[in-house]
Amino acid sequence: MSARRVVLVDDHELFRAGVRAELGGRCEILGEAGDVDEAVELICDRQPDVVLLDVHLPSGSGEAVIAAVHERAPQVRFLALSVSDAPEDVIGIIRSGARGYVTKTIAPGELADALERIAEGDAVFSPRLAGFVLDAFSAGSGGVALASGDPELDQLTVREREVLRLIARGYTYKELARELTISVKTVETHVSSVLRKLQLSNRHQLTRWATERRLS
Amino acid sequence: MPRRSVALRRSAEDRLLGGVAGGVSARIGVEVTVLRIGLVLFGLVSSGLVFAGYVLAWLLVAREGEDEPIAKRAIGDRRGIMVGVALIPALIVALVVAAVLGAGWLGSGAWALFVAVAGLVLVYRNAAEDERAAMRRVAEPLWRLSSNRKGSWFVFTRRVVAGAALMLIGLAFLLSGHRANLVRAFLGVVMIIAGLVVVFGPWWLSVGHELVDERQARARAEERADLAARVHDSVLQTLALIQRRADQPQQVIQLARAQERELRAVLFSDPGADAARDESFAAALRRIQQEVEAAHGVPIEVVAVGDVPLDGPFAERLTALLAAGREATVNAAKWSGAPVISLFGEAEPECASLFVRDRGGGFDLAQVADDRKGLSESVRGRMSRCGGTAEIRTALGEGTEVRLSVRLDEDHRRRDGPVSAPRTAP
Repeated sequence: MSARRVVLVDDHELFRAGVRAELGGRCEILGEAGDVDEAVELICDRQPDVVLLDVHLPSGSGEAVIAAVHERAPQVRFLALSVSDAPEDVIGIIRSGARGYVTKTIAPGELADALERIAEGDAVFSPRLAGFVLDAFSAGSGGVALASGDPELDQLTVREREVLRLIARGYTYKELARELTISVKTVETHVSSVLRKLQLSNRHQLTRWATERRLS
Repeated sequence: MPRRSVALRRSAEDRLLGGVAGGVSARIGVEVTVLRIGLVLFGLVSSGLVFAGYVLAWLLVAREGEDEPIAKRAIGDRRGIMVGVALIPALIVALVVAAVLGAGWLGSGAWALFVAVAGLVLVYRNAAEDERAAMRRVAEPLWRLSSNRKGSWFVFTRRVVAGAALMLIGLAFLLSGHRANLVRAFLGVVMIIAGLVVVFGPWWLSVGHELVDERQARARAEERADLAARVHDSVLQTLALIQRRADQPQQVIQLARAQERELRAVLFSDPGADAARDESFAAALRRIQQEVEAAHGVPIEVVAVGDVPLDGPFAERLTALLAAGREATVNAAKWSGAPVISLFGEAEPECASLFVRDRGGGFDLAQVADDRKGLSESVRGRMSRCGGTAEIRTALGEGTEVRLSVRLDEDHRRRDGPVSAPRTAP
């Protein structure tokens, strides 16, 4: 399998250098960008498999990059990366189309794994994101009931909740598969399904949930 | 002369023009609005002499926080003084006209106008930049008022015509008939005031708005500066500490984490990071994170789902759960050797659970000696006493997970589905 072709978008030079060094052996870094316009041009020009995207950029947000690229190169996938744990940032970038979210404290090996997963079309949830999703999709415990009229989209299945719980508890996909005695591929399917629900269910209420959660 | 102890200063905070009224008010303790109204009324009666005095005070009294008055700088401002001198011919013409007509009020008015205009020129040329900006802001609406921008010109003329008409009628009321007729005189005064309001009202309003905006902007700027000072100070301190302990990675991590938490608390106003910290389950988890990280230097990833207040009907059980969870976290930080520990807590309507997981060395559960009180007493004992459960999963080389949970309902029959099933809103 050839190395994944990756573009880095982050306004911190130092952080990009660190990631470049980490990923050097496992991914092919096509280029780097530090702001929205630069990033959109670079991504559309080089057509990478995955873009590692900072949520906050000086000239705008990561969401703006995703939106602009999506029109011109819809097949490019995004993994969001941030220091921020604020729910509205996390939920916002996922809903704009990123297939995963990790924090900048992620261990080097795990970042390469995550990029690999995204490139293959799967989703990557940090423990924190898994916690947010559990919270947002539960009617009790202060979460908002998500009513888009489509019950398929508004609820998580029991299995999906189990998977998310284990992710939130710090399990890797492999450990999780062993714990639930299912295959890693099945775990990936569940997570992708949760991602779909997160992106498609009633937007207004999810956003409101994120804001309320931040303010509470 | 101002007393030496509290010298008269123009107010920087409470000002409409130069802050003279604000300064005087602060000095003699008279309400500033009363002072301003008195100033304007007295200025009208004295045919402008008070206004000239105001401008002189603006020139001669130093502003709060400044050492010297504007006049000190104005002395060296030759071009400004030339402008003032250039106005003298106009003054002479006005004085001659006044003498010919025998109108004394015109003469004194011309003097006052001369002093005020020349003084304002000097003030504007020599004041500090922010004071000049404030002057420009006050003058700008007046400028706009008379500038013939498309559309506004017509509105402006109409307003001036209407205002002038009102004032003329008012004057006619005042001057015609007997002075003794109080109603007429009163009506006249009211109409003149109404005319003034019609012409100048919009300008007064916009000046008022700009002043409020300016005050708010200043407050915001101060807040930002305060935040920046706080953040920079603490970040710089941490960076200095990190440099000094560069040879002790564990301590460096510890410092970095502590700084990270502090910054998050300031920037994202992380709930639970501030004073009311132990009121809820989720906040208590963050507190465990902070304390264990601070004491043992191992980063703890906390994820909290749902939340319940700690002072509810199951306070004892939740407290026991949290205490056991803290013990398990401390154990993991001390013994596991894992670089990071996951702490996951979930509060559901029927139960609350905690999971402490590390990918460290693990241990052989059967060989834990009885004197290792931590595990058996603090964790298992606590949980069984409050009717909860504790399960420990570990194996050498595979890390450890401690799973704790307590029920948050008395009546088990109320449960009509598995705990983990999603619940829909009514």
